[in-house]
Amino acid sequence: MARPKTSAGDRFFQLGTGLFALVVVVIAAGIAFILWHRSGASIAKFGFHFWATDDWDPVAGEFGARTFIWGTLYSSFLALLISTPLALGIAIFLSELCPHRLRQPLTFLTELLAAIPSIVYGLWGIFVLVPAIRGVEQSLPDWLRATPLFSGPAVGVGMMSAAVILAIMVVPFTSAVAREVLKAVPAAQREGAYALGATRWEATKVALYYTRVGIVGAVMLGLGRALGETMAVTMVIGNTPQVKWSLLAPQYTMAAVIANEFAEATSSLHISALVEIGLVLFVVTLVVNAASRLLIWRLTRQRTERPMPTPVAAAERAA
Amino acid sequence: MRMKTLLLTAAAVAALGGGLAARATQITGSGATFPDPIYEKWFSDYNKLHPDVQINYQPIGSGGGITNILQGTTFFGASDMPMKDEDLAKAADHILHFPTVLGGVVPIYNVEGAADLKFTGALLADIFLGKVTKWNDKAVTAVNPGVTLPAADITVVHRSDSSGTSFIWTDYLAKVSPEWKTKVGANTAVKWPTGLSGAKNDGVAALVKQTPGAIGYVELIYALQNSIALGQVQNANGKFVKASLASVTAAAAGAAANMPADFRVSITNAPGDAAYPISSFTWLLLYENPKDKATAKTMNDFVKWALGDGQKLCAGLGYAPLPANVVKLELAQLAKIKAQ
Repeated sequence: MARPKTSAGDRFFQLGTGLFALVVVVIAAGIAFILWHRSGASIAKFGFHFWATDDWDPVAGEFGARTFIWGTLYSSFLALLISTPLALGIAIFLSELCPHRLRQPLTFLTELLAAIPSIVYGLWGIFVLVPAIRGVEQSLPDWLRATPLFSGPAVGVGMMSAAVILAIMVVPFTSAVAREVLKAVPAAQREGAYALGATRWEATKVALYYTRVGIVGAVMLGLGRALGETMAVTMVIGNTPQVKWSLLAPQYTMAAVIANEFAEATSSLHISALVEIGLVLFVVTLVVNAASRLLIWRLTRQRTERPMPTPVAAAERAA
Repeated sequence: MRMKTLLLTAAAVAALGGGLAARATQITGSGATFPDPIYEKWFSDYNKLHPDVQINYQPIGSGGGITNILQGTTFFGASDMPMKDEDLAKAADHILHFPTVLGGVVPIYNVEGAADLKFTGALLADIFLGKVTKWNDKAVTAVNPGVTLPAADITVVHRSDSSGTSFIWTDYLAKVSPEWKTKVGANTAVKWPTGLSGAKNDGVAALVKQTPGAIGYVELIYALQNSIALGQVQNANGKFVKASLASVTAAAAGAAANMPADFRVSITNAPGDAAYPISSFTWLLLYENPKDKATAKTMNDFVKWALGDGQKLCAGLGYAPLPANVVKLELAQLAKIKAQ
C-alpha cells in the first residue's frame, strides 16, 4: 500500500501528539529513577533483605518491607473478592435487566461513589464502619474465632474494615467499565441467544463470555485503585506492621506507612527507607499490571482460537 | 527639556525601586505542624504591626523543616524535636535552637466508672510495653486506691503518623523506664511493642472513645479543646499532676535551672512540685551567621516580639507560654546572631 501523501500540517500533528505520548514515558522513567536514586542509602544498607524482613524500627535504624507488601496485597485481594461479584451484579443489572426509567439514576449513583474523596471514606470508616465491624466481630461464634482467619481480639480496626472500605471504593470503577463492556455486546449476539430459546440467565452468560477480556480489564482497574489507596485505608487498618492471616488483626500497607511517617521522619536512613517503600510499591504495581496484561492477552488469543460455546441446553430445548 | 524628562524618569524609577524594597521583607520558613496555629497567628499579627514584614510558614513537618534549612531553601526552620548532632554537622553554619512555646501530651482512656485515674511513669511504660494487660492488674490498683476497676483487657492506642507528640511521649517513657529505653527508645516513630495505631490526634481519640478498655495519648491542646477526660501523671517529685497550661509552663521553669547553652533539651520528667512531666518545647531554628544580614535583622526583631508580646497570645490558642527565666536566656542567645 502506498503511503498517503502527508502535508506539513500532518507531520507537525504527528510529531506533536508523539511528543505528548513521550512525556508519559519520560515521567514514568523519571519517577522510577528518582525513587531508586533517593533510596540509595537504604538499598546499600539492606539490599534484597529489605523485601524479606519484618523489622521496622526507626529508632534502631532497621527497616524491612515484607509486612507492608503483605498488607497491601492481602487487603487488595480481599477487596477484589468482595467487590468483583458486587460490581458485576450491578453492571449486569444495569445493562441487561434494569427497567429503563431506573437505569439513568442508578448509573449516576454508582458513579457518584467514585467521586467521593478518600478522606471522606476514611472518616465514615472510622466513625460508622469500624464500630459496625467491631459489633460483627464480637458476635462471631467461638468456633469461628478459634480459626486463624478470625483469631485475636475484636477491636474493629484491622484487615476486615480495610477490605470492606476498599471494596466500596473499587465497586464504581469496576462496575462502570463492566457496564460499558456489556453494552458493547452486539444486539445480534443477544438476539441469537434468545432465538435459540435461551433464558435471560443463559443469554447473560453468553454476553459475559463474549466480554470476558473487558471484564478482566475492569477488575484489574479496580485492583490498581486498591493497591494505591492511602488515606481511607490508613484510617481503618490499625497501622500495625505484621503478617497475619487474621481478618481481625490490625495490619499496615505500603502507601499508608509512607503517608504516615514521611512528614516527621528526621533521620536520613528512615527517609531513604520510606522512599524505597515507594519504589517497592511502584514495582509491585508494575508486576501486577503486567500480570493482568498477560492474562488479558491469553484470553484474547483463546477467543480467536476457540469458537464460542453454543448454549447447548437452550438449543436442545428449542429442538 | 529632554534633560528634565530624563531626570524625572530616573527619580520615578528610583522611587519605584525604593518603594519595592521598602514594601516588604519576605521571610520563608517551614517545619513542625504542632505549633502551626500559633505561628500563623504571630505572623499575621506581626504583619499588622509591621506591614513591611511578611513571614510565610509551611507546616510540612519537622523532618522537612530541618532538611529545608540545611539546604538553605528557607530562612528558618521549626522542629518539635531538637536537631541531632549528625544533622547539625551537615549544616553550612552553626544553627541555633530557640524554644517558642510549650506543649504537653496527656494519657486518655476509656474505662467505665473510672474518672481521674492516676498513672506513674513506670505504669504507663509497662502498659505500653504490653506487660500490664488488665485494668484490674495490681500495678493499676496500687496507685488508684478506692477505685473499682473492671477485669477488662487494656487496648493500647498510639499514633500511626510520625509526630512530635509521639516523640514527647516515648521520650518520657524512655526516661522513666530503663526497659523502654533499651527495647523501644524515643523517636517521632518507633516500633511499638503492642496495640493499634490511629492517624493524628483525632484518630487516636476516636479509637480510644470507641474501644472499651483503650488507653492512648494526645496533645494537651486537643484534649482541652475537645474536653476529653485525662489521667493524672506522677511527676519527678512524686506528686500526681493533671496536665494544664500552667503545669506545663511549670515544667519548663523547673528545667530552666539545668538548661544547656544550646537549648537542645528534653524537659520531660522535669523537677518541681507543680511540673507536669510529659511536656516539651517546640523550637525555631536559625543560622548564627546568616548570609542575608538585613533579613536576619528583621527576623531577630520578630523573634524578640514573639518571645515578649507574642507569648500573651499562647493561652488563647491552647499553648503554654514560656517561663520568664527561659525567655531571658533566649534573648541572650538571640544577640549572638550576626545581623545588620
